[in-house]
Amino acid sequence: MRHARSLPLATLVGLTLTSSLMLSACAGVGGGSDQEPTTNGGGSGGSGGASTPSGALKIMGFSGGDEVASSRMNAFKAAYPDVDVTANKGDFDAQQFLTAVSSGNAPDVVYMDRKLIGTYAAQGAIEPMDTCVKNQHIDTSQYREAAMQQVTINGKVYGIPEFYTVSVNLINEKALRAAGLTDADVQTKDWDALKATTKRLFESDGSKLQRIGYDTHIPDAFPLWARANGVEIINKDGSPNLNDPKAVEALQFNMDMVRMQGGWSDYKAFRDSFDLFGEKNQFTKDQLVAFPIENWYVNVLLSSRKNGLQLGSTMFTDKKGQPISILGGNAWAIPKGAKNVAAACAFAKTMTDKQTWMKAAAARIATVKKDKSFFTGLFTANKPADEAIKAKYLKPTGDKGFDTAIENYYKTLDVAKPLPSSPVGSQIDNAWAAAVERALSGKMSAKDALDRAQQEAQGAFDKAPQNG
Amino acid sequence: MAEATAAGRVARTRRHRRRHRDRAGYLFILPWVLGFLIFTAGPMIASLVLSFTDYSMIRPPTGVGTANYRELLSDPRVMKSLSNTFVYAAMFVPLGTVVALALALLLHRVGRAAGFFRTAFYLPVMTPAVAAGAMFLLLLNGQQGLVNKVLSFVGIAGPNWTTDPNWLKPSLAIVSLWSLGGAVVIYLAALQGVPRQLHEAAQLDGAGPIRRFFVITLPMISGAVFFTVITHTIAAMQMFDQAYTMFYGPQQKANASDESLVYMVYLFQNAFQYFHMGFASAMAWLLFVIIVVITVVQVKVGNHFVYYEGGEPK
Repeated sequence: MRHARSLPLATLVGLTLTSSLMLSACAGVGGGSDQEPTTNGGGSGGSGGASTPSGALKIMGFSGGDEVASSRMNAFKAAYPDVDVTANKGDFDAQQFLTAVSSGNAPDVVYMDRKLIGTYAAQGAIEPMDTCVKNQHIDTSQYREAAMQQVTINGKVYGIPEFYTVSVNLINEKALRAAGLTDADVQTKDWDALKATTKRLFESDGSKLQRIGYDTHIPDAFPLWARANGVEIINKDGSPNLNDPKAVEALQFNMDMVRMQGGWSDYKAFRDSFDLFGEKNQFTKDQLVAFPIENWYVNVLLSSRKNGLQLGSTMFTDKKGQPISILGGNAWAIPKGAKNVAAACAFAKTMTDKQTWMKAAAARIATVKKDKSFFTGLFTANKPADEAIKAKYLKPTGDKGFDTAIENYYKTLDVAKPLPSSPVGSQIDNAWAAAVERALSGKMSAKDALDRAQQEAQGAFDKAPQNG
Repeated sequence: MAEATAAGRVARTRRHRRRHRDRAGYLFILPWVLGFLIFTAGPMIASLVLSFTDYSMIRPPTGVGTANYRELLSDPRVMKSLSNTFVYAAMFVPLGTVVALALALLLHRVGRAAGFFRTAFYLPVMTPAVAAGAMFLLLLNGQQGLVNKVLSFVGIAGPNWTTDPNWLKPSLAIVSLWSLGGAVVIYLAALQGVPRQLHEAAQLDGAGPIRRFFVITLPMISGAVFFTVITHTIAAMQMFDQAYTMFYGPQQKANASDESLVYMVYLFQNAFQYFHMGFASAMAWLLFVIIVVITVVQVKVGNHFVYYEGGEPK
């Protein structure tokens, strides 16, 4: 008989035994969290990525199969023919990564969300890369400052930043104009006015939702709305700041927005039914008028132009009218126990340097030409690369809506800021996500929900190992 | 004297043969014993040890005494996830048993194409649970899902199965029915073992199909029912993948409701997201103890209702 797969004792205890048995083996590789990993394999013969890389390079968390990923991978292979690259399929998986590290089978380089860097660095799961940066002559000034902030913990660099994601409002122009409104009405400076706009755009037949007017992208965008209201939900020291009155007010606003559009249960179910990546998506099916979304999405929308998409866009601003965005993106990091650090450093450098990004952009251009489409930009953490790509490849598309959206994303790059990193980032994330859900589903008031979340997250923070 | 010597020789030969036979037996079970020691008993002991430590999986474990077990009692999410799991199990086990038995009874009556139907009912077991979870998210969507569309044809306004906190556990129980094929096969085998003459005799005495089911079929397959109830209960207490896929995966932040937090998901979060492997080990042992207690109670109670052909179990 087969039952739903579970994580029973056998799995957990198997894991823990293996990892505990391997602890002694790991202990000598890479040293403590404040030490550089040593290179003891792959024929590199040095430490911190000093020598010419060769041997096997194991990559984890990089599933990218598009031309931007493969062209950069090919660039590395061409530059370092003596390095044998193997990449496991699939995105970063915490369970897979931690078991690999604790059992002494760590990959040489891991691709992970930059917001996780603080947590993994605090736990000693990834190593400082300062020696790597020095030996490989990686010019960290080429990376955007905000991205470097995300990977720099207690003055040490723990990752090399790669992509750069920011948010603006994207608009279903056809629906907006049909309602007698303009792009200027889709703004986040005046929340009462946004409620009024939303009320005009929302449609329901009484039992089922027909169209969401403005989707605040809650709960994922809760940190963004808190910032728009003038507060960060994580303090600079990594401690949670979830129940600040301004965060409570931001959550209350989101509750109002959801309530006036059918209530959380209907709203969420309706939103879940969107075919976000399809040619007939929520815009072309007139299920949504506007929402804040990240820059990668504009490329996805290309395929729905043939279904009549008319795209509009406005900047996401705070209440003072200043454009803001929560910065996202991934980074390359070197795990504790990595065996071929030299190759890992060279890989992180190559994948993110300007020349490689130019090759990636050229590959993207070839694809869009083949698809008879157009280029929507490549948003990297490497500022000179971004500027060069924009200057060389980004031309007016002939679609004014797309041009405006792309331009808005580029304008947002310089104002985006990350959430401060925290050694308990996952706990804080889960605490506020649960709080938002409790509030939206009507089980708690915004204040009570965030008070409880703050208590839970603060408890975790107080117990966390402080890195460095 | 000669007789005594001969008797001694025979006894020695017998002992030798028995020893030889025993040795062969031990050799045959050796792979299983080794597997058990290495992959089950050893890790369980290691886990027990780790449950008394603070262990992040990266740094060496440090002893914390019974702190993890004390924290189990004070962490409200442990209790919440445990109560969610109990409620889910209380829904799934009876529902799963009835549905599997009903399907087995239908299959038992199918004459032609029986092989096809048996395969068809078992096929979902081969589907990855993650894929099933994702598929049911679409089917059970409260606004656009197929299930509610079908219900609307008969005038029923279906609930928001996957977004209404009150319907999250029932929807999980429904999704779990997808992989009942194994239980169906067990019931089918048991039904085929029910002597036909018992039904014929009861029929001659005027018993109808329903009465025959309750006085003949059910008692005769009670062993199989007992077995599946126990295994379903254990599986329900360890529910993880469908709950994780539907409500806690990387893209599911919007679904992270307290009502869908089952025990193994919280254990997973502690082990691999919060770096609390020691605490997670303590959680695993608490669950182990709970499952043992439930199973013992089920066995004690079940023995009063189960028909054993060889007599009452000792």
